[in-house]
Amino acid sequence: MKRESAISIGYKSLAVLLLLYTLIFGLTNELPYQAIWEQSARNFFFHVPNWTVLIVLMGISLVQSLRVLRSYDPDLKLKRTSLELDVMAVEAAKVGIMFCIAGLVSGMIWARVTWGSNLPASDFAAWWNWDPKQTCALIAFFIYLGYFLLRTSFADPEQRAKVAAAYNIFAFATLIPLLFIIPDRLPGLHPTAEQGSQLVQLKVDATFTTVFFPAMIGFILLGYWIYEVRYRMGLVQYRLDEIEAERAYNEV
Amino acid sequence: MLQTIRHLLYKEFLLEWKQKYAFNGLLLYVLSMVVVISLAFIGKWQKPIWIIMYWLLMLFIAINAVAKSFLNERQGQHLYTYTLASPQAVFLAKLIYNFLLLSVMGTLSLWAFAFLAGMDMVSPGWMSLTVILGALVISANLTMVTAIAARAENRNTLLAVLSFPLIVPVLLILIDLSRFAVEGRASGINTATAYDQVYLLLGLGTILTGVSLILFPFVWRE
Repeated sequence: MKRESAISIGYKSLAVLLLLYTLIFGLTNELPYQAIWEQSARNFFFHVPNWTVLIVLMGISLVQSLRVLRSYDPDLKLKRTSLELDVMAVEAAKVGIMFCIAGLVSGMIWARVTWGSNLPASDFAAWWNWDPKQTCALIAFFIYLGYFLLRTSFADPEQRAKVAAAYNIFAFATLIPLLFIIPDRLPGLHPTAEQGSQLVQLKVDATFTTVFFPAMIGFILLGYWIYEVRYRMGLVQYRLDEIEAERAYNEV
Repeated sequence: MLQTIRHLLYKEFLLEWKQKYAFNGLLLYVLSMVVVISLAFIGKWQKPIWIIMYWLLMLFIAINAVAKSFLNERQGQHLYTYTLASPQAVFLAKLIYNFLLLSVMGTLSLWAFAFLAGMDMVSPGWMSLTVILGALVISANLTMVTAIAARAENRNTLLAVLSFPLIVPVLLILIDLSRFAVEGRASGINTATAYDQVYLLLGLGTILTGVSLILFPFVWRE
């Protein structure tokens, strides 16, 4: 067996095992009782990894975008062309945005039971509180929707690759303050540095960490897995299009 | 480099001076908006509404004013500029020009709000500082986004769609800081937090400008 395929099978089975573990123990484990959270604290094993995967995938997308811009340096001999790297960047961003949606939805379910439990389910405010972190997460979602819209407004793929890469890097530079710095500076409901004493207690607790860290790694591996499948499909599609275009050109 | 930036800035001001309608149009826009807002809120005037209206007005001015910077240039003209100057110089000149334009517009609309809408502030100094910082970060953000949108086909839609999400977080902090300037301690924000916000805005402005300076050469080149 080749080394690459061994690594590939290894991390995929590790992802399956860790996620199964998270699912079983995350839902059945005995948790230390927290008055404000109660059983909803279990969402911590799913909601927080969702956002971590988003950061990891957007980070991958950022790296691919940087490589796109680097590939325009004529002195460098690179294995992949800029358009192939562009496919990888956009696929990472697509998987990232799926985890962004998952994070928003799992956050809404959590908000329903902790912040909006006194409201009826038909009331939108029961699900959405316009807390700074929630708002900023929604804005992050819009920023990446803007990335996909930007990509559709170019006819020339080379130019699209270059400008989209530049926007992606610019977007990442605003994504990090948006998710980690700005919400903590504004008054809100999410546990932040000042208000998070209960969260810190829970983190230190051993029964909590034994599920949380495997969940983190499991979700990151799952995100990478989906990304790998998607970008390989994207590259195949790109080559098929190229062959098609070449044949059409030869016929003319 | 500095020489080039100075020449480019001079060109921008000369253009502005020659086509006074753009600047005057913005002024008229500010005035009519302030009048409409004052009429709409007669008797129900509250400080938070005032702040939010002010920053919404600033947002629309910013998009209108900054949109001109790259979108209105004809294809040949920008090629000509780029053969003469380095892309960094072009970008910095645009950025400084946008910053000055936005600061002037922000200050003028602040006066318009203060005199026409009869708004009082606890600390006008803090409010002016907030306006200048806002002009800095918003222009740093918008200059790059317009440069990107100018390359694409549906420029105007794209400019709005790309710039709003990038500016809203900055607006959140600016609104928070203006609440401190307008309401003072009643806003629940103390001076230390306000300074924190100022540093955060300065940091954001620096990061965005730095990233833009690195990326801009890739964006303009065909």
